[in-house]
Amino acid sequence: MAKFNLTEDDKVYYDVLKEIGNIGSGNAVTALAHMLNCKVDMSVPQVRLLDFKDVGSILGDEEQIMAGVYLMVEGDITGSIMFLLEKECSKNLIAMLMGSAPSEGDLNEIEQSALKEIGNIITAAYLNSLSTLTNLKIYPSVPSLCIDMAAAILSVPAIEFGLIGDKLLLIENQFSEGISGYFILVPDLDSYDKIFSSIGM
Amino acid sequence: MADIIKVGMADMKICKAPDGVTTIGLGSCVGVAVRDPVTKIGGLAHVMLPDSTRITNSTNVYKFADTGVDSLINELVKAGASKTRLVAKIAGGAQMFAFQNKNDLIRVGDQNVAAVKAKLKENGIRILAEDTGLNFGRTVIFYPETGDYVIRAVGKDERTI
Repeated sequence: MAKFNLTEDDKVYYDVLKEIGNIGSGNAVTALAHMLNCKVDMSVPQVRLLDFKDVGSILGDEEQIMAGVYLMVEGDITGSIMFLLEKECSKNLIAMLMGSAPSEGDLNEIEQSALKEIGNIITAAYLNSLSTLTNLKIYPSVPSLCIDMAAAILSVPAIEFGLIGDKLLLIENQFSEGISGYFILVPDLDSYDKIFSSIGM
Repeated sequence: MADIIKVGMADMKICKAPDGVTTIGLGSCVGVAVRDPVTKIGGLAHVMLPDSTRITNSTNVYKFADTGVDSLINELVKAGASKTRLVAKIAGGAQMFAFQNKNDLIRVGDQNVAAVKAKLKENGIRILAEDTGLNFGRTVIFYPETGDYVIRAVGKDERTI
């Protein structure tokens, strides 16, 4: 069985994680593009091993106001997945989905609910593909939404990872064209082993 | 010209007036600001989790409320502060995401605040002010010169405690 630890020298593992990120977010972005009936481009995923002090700034400005839809992952593997986008961008996304003009000010209840549902659908597409690939059972929790500073939102998965290590390993995907945002998958450390052994590493 | 020194997550910095220390986007984490009002030496620790004893294989003391507060005090004393004069202000400990199942991990903000308070009390350090809990992120700036602890949050007026 593969024993994965948090060191940067294992390129093969990183490549596999990148590919997982690629497949997962590819499916998620396809779901999003279908839902919105528009084109969404996706960049090459990044696998990052970060010190906690650097976590807040991975998406740029730490005080940038972001909307984050966060789901806990349970089943054979555990961890969390987050769908993040800038607040303004989230309004555009909701407007595209609802066929109305972007609203002013804060998101109202219906908009928040819509955003959660979008997050739910596309992260489910991501996790589904991961589940198919690994043949592992993966169940997402109900989505939860938070609109706040990037650093404050990102601290949530960091804290969870903080229970087991001094660094955060995450698989990050960026997508753009019309809508830009990020997926961040943070499996618990034990789950990495399960993912690798499930695909025969 | 005074500098503002940045503190990351699970990190700590100390400074001397007129400099200040800041940490951006405290979520469930707690920003513990401690200063000696006479020597005007102060420090800010950004702790993530309440209890180091429940977790193995960690070498970063500032990740935890218990070891983080102890180390912050030690470093301040080393830098010339008097332990008996130290006073504290704390901020953070929010619950960023509202989940229905309120398990331990999700309520980590409350636990962090409680752990920080317990540790400060154990060291005989008074808490002069706090802005903790609720559900929003906070950016904080601490000035050891005056003891002002400035708190910014999205969509709220800046306040000083």
